[in-house]
Amino acid sequence: MSIKARATGALLAAILSTTAFHGAFAADDTIKVGILHSLSGTMAISETTLKDAMLMLIEEQNKKGGLLGKQLEAVVVDPASDWPLFAEKARELVSVNKVSAVFGCWTSVSRKSVLPVFEELNSILFYPVQYEGEESQRNVFYTGAAPNQQAIPAVDYLMENESVERWVLAGTDYVYPRTTNKILEAYLISKGVKPEDIMINYTPFGHSDWQTIVSDIKKFGSAGKKTAVVSTINGDANVPFYKELGNQGVKAEDIPVVAFSVGEEELAGLDTGPLVGHLAAWNYFQSVDNPANAEFIKTWKAFTKNDKRVTNDPMEAHYIGFNMWLKAVEKAGTTDTDAVLDAMIGVSVPNLSGGYSTMMPNHHITKPVLIGEIQADGQFETVWETPGLVVGDEWSDFLADSKDLIADWRAPMSCGNFNVATGKCGGKGS
Amino acid sequence: MHTRLIHRFLQCLLVALCLMATDLRAADDLRSMVNALGGGSFQQNQKQIEALAKTGDPKIVPALEALAEGDLYLRKADGIVFIVRPAGANFRLIDALTGDDLGEEAKAGLEKVKVNNGLRRTIRGALGGLTLMSPDVNVRLQAAGTILRTPTADALDGLEIALAAETDGAVKAVLEKARAAAILVSDRPVEEKKAAVATVVQTGGRDSLSLLSGALASADESLRPDIEAGIRQIEDQLSLWAGAQNIWYGLSLGSVLLLAAIGLAITFGVMGIINMAHGEMVMLGAYTTFVVQAYIRAAWPGLFEWSLAIALPLAFLVTGAVGLVMERGIIRFLYGRPLETLLATWGVSLILQQAVRSIFGPTNQEVANPSWMSGAFELGGLTVTWNRMWIIVFSLAVFAFLLFLLKKTPMGLQMRAVTQNRRMASSMGIRTPWVDALTFALGSGIAGIAGVALSQIDNVSPNLGQGYIIDSFMVVVFGGVGNLWGTLVGAFTLGILNKVLEPYAGAVLGKILVLVLIILFIQKRPRGLFALKGRAVEA
Repeated sequence: MSIKARATGALLAAILSTTAFHGAFAADDTIKVGILHSLSGTMAISETTLKDAMLMLIEEQNKKGGLLGKQLEAVVVDPASDWPLFAEKARELVSVNKVSAVFGCWTSVSRKSVLPVFEELNSILFYPVQYEGEESQRNVFYTGAAPNQQAIPAVDYLMENESVERWVLAGTDYVYPRTTNKILEAYLISKGVKPEDIMINYTPFGHSDWQTIVSDIKKFGSAGKKTAVVSTINGDANVPFYKELGNQGVKAEDIPVVAFSVGEEELAGLDTGPLVGHLAAWNYFQSVDNPANAEFIKTWKAFTKNDKRVTNDPMEAHYIGFNMWLKAVEKAGTTDTDAVLDAMIGVSVPNLSGGYSTMMPNHHITKPVLIGEIQADGQFETVWETPGLVVGDEWSDFLADSKDLIADWRAPMSCGNFNVATGKCGGKGS
Repeated sequence: MHTRLIHRFLQCLLVALCLMATDLRAADDLRSMVNALGGGSFQQNQKQIEALAKTGDPKIVPALEALAEGDLYLRKADGIVFIVRPAGANFRLIDALTGDDLGEEAKAGLEKVKVNNGLRRTIRGALGGLTLMSPDVNVRLQAAGTILRTPTADALDGLEIALAAETDGAVKAVLEKARAAAILVSDRPVEEKKAAVATVVQTGGRDSLSLLSGALASADESLRPDIEAGIRQIEDQLSLWAGAQNIWYGLSLGSVLLLAAIGLAITFGVMGIINMAHGEMVMLGAYTTFVVQAYIRAAWPGLFEWSLAIALPLAFLVTGAVGLVMERGIIRFLYGRPLETLLATWGVSLILQQAVRSIFGPTNQEVANPSWMSGAFELGGLTVTWNRMWIIVFSLAVFAFLLFLLKKTPMGLQMRAVTQNRRMASSMGIRTPWVDALTFALGSGIAGIAGVALSQIDNVSPNLGQGYIIDSFMVVVFGGVGNLWGTLVGAFTLGILNKVLEPYAGAVLGKILVLVLIILFIQKRPRGLFALKGRAVEA
């Protein structure tokens, strides 16, 4: 009965949200930018912030004179954390509202659901969240981290600086953790870690009773070798997980946890005292100390009128993606999709961690990788960073069926899954 | 005579001066060593801390403690390192060695001395060694415990000296264990190590297991059988305790299920309303706790330990009032139409969720645990966390309260009368509509109380309730609709079943298995564990 009720609820929400955001029809002398982030439902917790960040970026750009002499206009829709609705809303943005580019989606499943729409209607999507890779699509620019820009450097750090020999790969049960853990497992084994020194554990979304798993981790960690937990646990489940770690006395000095989905925003709902020293790997931290970031934080706090709001990595990804798009449109002199797609490759803009990010031919960007330790004030302190920028690797070198694939969207190759072994375009993911 | 006296005096003075000079020089050395911590890389600081620990001077303890806590700062202007305490927009500077107060300084002029896990580990070891001879028994006990957890061969000499001087029995016992642990990782002769293995095995527990497995790799041939036997012995003990631990986890999960379901046992179980907004009542209870805590933090920080006790009645009133409005405004028009009730309450749940999202924002809110709900204690081989333990106690207390209310009070009597035979109750002069409203308010209020408890272990976000609604219905249906005892037994059965399955099947498969078992059970006994009998069933 509850499934029926859920379906009905989703339907109701759908009807409500379609009616709510119409009326954003304006004159033709603006350039429209679509924002496709959930404002209700389970993903609202993360995505609402990104919607606000986009609105802020657009407002700031308009203050600077807009783009190509026109003002920018944001068109916000609410896909309500409902994956099929993402596709519907994307279609509405492109064909009804005629937006020039869309910034949005959070989970891989939402991105996969909108891919056919962007392909069919030939529009542009900027995806700002770290993901599992294994994809490169002509109409999508991936401004979040690929596994080699987050997961692998984190493991390297633990191996070199903490001499970790035993690994717990704990994740939520869906595509991103599963693929990432597959890549990490292959990577660890290639580094000489024995299979019995790797423990893999999956939990459902929103898991709240971590007692058994935390005591399993303690047990696994008492084999006389330094143990670490690599966490791809997503969203809400993190809070009870960290609470249980703190209560059962698992200290970062003994068994550190490095997380890929825990940022400043997630820590905001948590008493971080017992968590000091646990790690996270990102491409940006709010605590990064440079003038561009200080300015960004100041603008953000002023825009939200809240002094306690934090910034996080996906926000920086939108910052980079938006500026790249502005630059590409200026370069192309038009918002026409094909021209912008060509102009995007090679565009280079400042990021917030003090360097420049460049759009590569595989539609992924270059980023630095930072490892930070959680502090008592809910911020991260960078303890390590890559010496230079890391290029996003869409097809992992550590998976058998993707190691021969590359993506290059420049003519004449223009292919997202070129197989270097067979010399043909097409293969996995086509 | 006179000259000799002066001569002696001068001699003494010289010696004293010399002594003072060496003392000063040592202090100078310490100071420059502490100052060198500022601006050093992690590797350099690691060496620096080890060097500081070698001096064995207890004066550096506060500086090291401050470094581990992240309270050690470098003054950029002159490169001097201070301990700081926050003082408004400024920092209060404290001398790193003497502890003297040196006034306030703007934050901008100071830079934090960075610390990472590796440094914290080194500091912990160093502090353990430095505080072994402290006059305070508790500090000594803690120091011995630290060395026991992270034994090093270097600590051995210090341990033996401390052991010889120790008078307190409890500290001595820990020191003995720590010494045995340190011997295992040292290069002492095999005989001594054999004795050490025996001591470690006797200590038992996970840490000992970890120590022995670590030592096994580099152990001498003649020592191996001892260590292996020891490991087996500890593992046997632990596997026994693991069974008990699973049952405990099951009880704990069961108590959470009970709390989530017990309000529903009234609204759905007793009244027969399919209340999809039940989860949102739990969520409102949790948000009430958040508001209470925020208010207390701002107005009376001293009352913080009592915040939960204050939140309980408020949560009951808030959610009870929402329940009352819901019943009077919507549900009373829909009695006897379950499908419409389901849709209407689902709509209410969406409205409540989005309202909370609009008011408090979509992100998680921080609800802190009072100190009596943090941490854990050891019971034999069991790790019992305080928050789980109090939640079990609390859930049973709520259950007892509800049982008393329904069975022993006039209000409970009226409630049972109305739900069993409405027309008869009505003709006896009971105002049935108001009893309905109050019963629904009671169920909602109990859900709100559950929310106060659940805010201690789960996220406080607008989605909090959704995670519990399915489980709540599951418990009530499994236990038998309309029976409080059924809800109790159902909750604990499902909790224990889940936790016994989890280690073997994993969290995902475990949950699926439990659902399959419930479906099979409902096929066999459609009315649940404790079915109501008699005329009430047909009504």
